Amino acid sequence: MDVLLAPFAYDFMQRAFIAALVVGVLCSVMGTYVVLRKLSFIGDGIAHASFAGIVIAYLRHANYALGAGIVAVLTALGIGFVNRRGGVSLDTAIGVLFTGAFALGIFLMSRAPRYSVDLQDYLFGNILAVSSSDLMIIVGLGIVVAIFVVVLYRPLLYSSFDPIVAQASGIPVPVVDYVLLVLLALTIIVSLESVGIVLVAALLVTPAAAAAQLTQRFAQMMALAVAIGAFCSVGGLYLSYYLQSASGATIVLLATIVFFIALGLRRAF
Amino acid sequence: MIAVRAQGLTVRFGTVAALENVDVMVNEGEALGIIGPNGSGKSTFLKTVAGLIKPESGTIEVFGKPPRDLPPGTIGYVPQVEEVDWHFPVTVWDVVSMGRFPHLRPWERFGAHDRSAVDAAIDALGLRALASRNIAHLSGGQQQRTFVARSLAQEPRLLLLDEPTTGVDAATEDALLALVRGRVRAGLPVLMATHDLDRASEWFDRMIVVDRKVLASGDPQAVLESGAYTGIREHTHVHGHMRT
Repeated sequence: MDVLLAPFAYDFMQRAFIAALVVGVLCSVMGTYVVLRKLSFIGDGIAHASFAGIVIAYLRHANYALGAGIVAVLTALGIGFVNRRGGVSLDTAIGVLFTGAFALGIFLMSRAPRYSVDLQDYLFGNILAVSSSDLMIIVGLGIVVAIFVVVLYRPLLYSSFDPIVAQASGIPVPVVDYVLLVLLALTIIVSLESVGIVLVAALLVTPAAAAAQLTQRFAQMMALAVAIGAFCSVGGLYLSYYLQSASGATIVLLATIVFFIALGLRRAF
Repeated sequence: MIAVRAQGLTVRFGTVAALENVDVMVNEGEALGIIGPNGSGKSTFLKTVAGLIKPESGTIEVFGKPPRDLPPGTIGYVPQVEEVDWHFPVTVWDVVSMGRFPHLRPWERFGAHDRSAVDAAIDALGLRALASRNIAHLSGGQQQRTFVARSLAQEPRLLLLDEPTTGVDAATEDALLALVRGRVRAGLPVLMATHDLDRASEWFDRMIVVDRKVLASGDPQAVLESGAYTGIREHTHVHGHMRT
């Protein structure tokens, strides 16, 4: 029991566990849509694009999460716009916009007076550095995303499975798609400080992909993905505490192991 | 009452005309068959009626309004089965229940009427034994019946069917025919793209031959005996395949 409770002796670890739990749950819920819509690339894309916002916020001495959030949401909407109005395929739109925004971040950083270690935290994640105000933002955005996902459960499901018929029957599919992109952007922002830009896509995709191996019902897949995501986030944080390893990487490695176990279970049964 | 009225309808994809100056009218309680060769614009026409494609010129009205201005759930559309991911984690019941989604506000519960509409559609298509089966494990005919059941569960005022008999067995086709004719008798207007010309007179009250333009229109037997149909058939045989 002491082994389980030991990390909670520190305030920063308490905050880290709450942040890990919120991030694990949110990423898994949104990841269910990401996996089923075959949008794995988008998590990577929006996360990398948000780097430009972080650098701009750094240069302006503004809040990093706010800068990342604005650029992430704009990139998400831009991806949707270029895809729908420009007649460009979604993966191409993601590829162009995310590399463009990421390059802007690097460009601005290269012109900055000096390189900041803080920026590295956003690239690779440092959940132990989550402050009380960060935690409030994470929980607040998490609640907003969760409310939208619950309220839009049916339109999101229908437009994910069969967007053409959903639209013909009167579901506002383009609006639903844009809302999904914004929710994805917010989820990624919430996750950035925990697992970092480089690894956030894994947390979006891997728990949902593991769940997909174990069930053939949508609601069960989402519930299972949440359970796996929460387990990997909290479990990964425990492991990183005792192994003295990078928290984001440990969380993602644990999720990867769970994915291969799920894959093995599906093939065995 | 007029259910569908297309006037001077022209649809282009880039520089390619998919439909040119098409005039079509369908009344309530009437089944219209749409035949034509590969790439003739049959599916494009149905999608335009459904409000999925915006015409370049001309007008399309469903119950007197542009399709996108209709209340949710008005138009039931059954696409060709290959247009969705059949490995999506849903059962037959889940898919059929989606037909009710356009009628439900986000905060509304899936009520007793919704359940009875889904159950009735499942029974009408003979899917009761498959209701809890994952859609990945359905045959082509069962997939088609699931799509039709979803559109019936929606209780639409207009039904659009895109080649619903492609790849289905004779028994399924008989069941679909009886079902559609029953709904038409009850007043439902139906537009259906098809290659099933042998039973056209059983399916439809009227038929049009489309090859970008409407080449012939009228009683199914008369259209089948017209030169337009012969031309289409020869064209199809020369080119060796029909639209899939």
